[in-house]
Amino acid sequence: VTVLCLVEHESGEVVDASAAALTFARAMAQPLPPAVSWPPGGAAPAGAVTAILFGAADQLPVRTLAVYGVSDVYAVESDRLVSYAPLAWARVLAELIKASSADAVVAAGTDRGNEVLAHLGAITGEPMVAGCVSAVRATAEFAGEPGAPSSTSGTPGAPSGPDGAPSGLPGAAAGHQAWQIVRQRWAGSLLEDAELDASPALLTVAYDAVAAAVAPVAGAARVRIHTPAVSGDDLAVRVIESAKPSAGVSLATARVVVGGGRGVGGPEGFAALEELAGLLGGAVGVSRVVTSQGWRPHTQQVGQTGTRIAPELYLACGISGAIQHMAGCLGAKHIVVINTDADAPIIGHADYAVIGDLREVIPALVAAIRARAGSS
Amino acid sequence: MEILVCVKRVPMVGGKIVVTPDGQEVDTRLSGFTISPHEECAVEEAVQLVERRGGSVSVLTVGPPAAAEQLRGALALGAGRAILLQTDGSHWGPIATAEAIAEAVRARASNGHNPYDLILFGNEAADTGDYQVGVRVAHLLGLPCVTGIKNIEMGEDSARVRREYRGIQEGFEVTLPAVLTVKEGINLPRYPSFPGRVRAKKAVIEQSAPSWHGEGLRMRMLRVPQQERRRAEILGQGTGAVASLVRVLDELGVLP
Repeated sequence: VTVLCLVEHESGEVVDASAAALTFARAMAQPLPPAVSWPPGGAAPAGAVTAILFGAADQLPVRTLAVYGVSDVYAVESDRLVSYAPLAWARVLAELIKASSADAVVAAGTDRGNEVLAHLGAITGEPMVAGCVSAVRATAEFAGEPGAPSSTSGTPGAPSGPDGAPSGLPGAAAGHQAWQIVRQRWAGSLLEDAELDASPALLTVAYDAVAAAVAPVAGAARVRIHTPAVSGDDLAVRVIESAKPSAGVSLATARVVVGGGRGVGGPEGFAALEELAGLLGGAVGVSRVVTSQGWRPHTQQVGQTGTRIAPELYLACGISGAIQHMAGCLGAKHIVVINTDADAPIIGHADYAVIGDLREVIPALVAAIRARAGSS
Repeated sequence: MEILVCVKRVPMVGGKIVVTPDGQEVDTRLSGFTISPHEECAVEEAVQLVERRGGSVSVLTVGPPAAAEQLRGALALGAGRAILLQTDGSHWGPIATAEAIAEAVRARASNGHNPYDLILFGNEAADTGDYQVGVRVAHLLGLPCVTGIKNIEMGEDSARVRREYRGIQEGFEVTLPAVLTVKEGINLPRYPSFPGRVRAKKAVIEQSAPSWHGEGLRMRMLRVPQQERRRAEILGQGTGAVASLVRVLDELGVLP
């Protein structure tokens, strides 16, 4: 199978989410286990991933791509695509699907990845599957083979659609791949097992649930420069201004996050959390109740509809641990809780807990850290 | 200006999510239903825009008859018109959902109403997280679309819209009519007023029943992921635990 992967890059490096997407794409492109041999004459060698990057070829992280198992690269160069334009990007991917007879297109489940693949889904008329954790080819799926998945009975054990309606799509021609998908719902609080019948398969990757793994290929990746014809209509929506907000430790990348919830008691209670975060070189994050009460701005919200964090330590104070909040801290390496309620759901997600009132514990903790720093 | 906001009825989940024994849906026997925080903000944004500029807000959902509850919630906040595209228990995928919404938008225009200037969605539904219905509706109607919007600055025939990307604020200009999907944080939604609730209770909800079709992605089963973390080690009670807490933070290498 031929798998294309849209790779986001920044300052000459592949972004972490795209490294996870490349790892995911490589697994999709793996040949099936024995007894099913890949038909000869396939376009790309088995297990090969073709990366697609927008930008000048000489500024792309080509060496990093080879480390992640990329054999071929399309560098999409156009002076009309210097700034991000979601529809134009999707149109380029649609062209490259045709040019490479791709079976699947993968992108990181970032804002851009989801947006571009949603457009691609609309352009191709195919499903777009967001937040994938894994994708494995169903076994009986070769073109023209009896029992190909375009028929309802194609995959053993496959249920018919809801209400007993036939699950085959009209127009699902032979040659479509069938995939067994696991994807996130509720931002990862729930998993969905699903079956996908589409050509090409369009998937975005739940990058906080898929670890990036290297798999170096011999030699450098082959870079092909693709110069698309970009229509003015497709550029109607494009980035026309871009501004860096004020400095400070970013919540998304902070090494330590001090979290505050309802237990903080009110807006004035956050001074102590800010002080502790400052001492630890970290940032303050809050639960949804805090922002919907207007105690703190939404930019500090951690959760499904706020910021996803991935710190070394998340120190969660006065937070009960609702699903919506915990979905934002799946990436935290360690969780330590300060809470008055020993039965709060968050204790079930934490490594350590102090049972007590944060309004007493945090000032004492700050004093202890200061005393320790002063004596060393 | 005429604004349409599309919302989705989803289970209200708190500290725990439970799946029904057949693995087909979230168990809602002990919880209520709501809409996504993103969508609450989309309703609020629409109401604020018509308060400033005149016009009216319509709210639409594709869902079971009980989704009238979510429509009335939006009516109580200031929407003037509610449309229920009624489903019959099938799982509606994003393609069929987008087609039904686009058809309802076209039907409005052909019935002689003023067409919508703006169609708002939440960035993604809280439950399925498909990230695409708004984009598909935009394609079906031939409208420009931007997702993930945190700020809307309305002009005469266009809007300047902004969002965040990797710590950078990026701006787009879209001509109207347009489709925007918004994120929580664009505003702070109000609470419904008493007169608003009374009005919502009395309002007539327009209904139709679009036809369902299957899609290439078929759900088989929902399941709760295995928890990796064990139950927390309790370091102690109150300030008596601070010494142990400092030791743990030291071991994690986060102390100054």
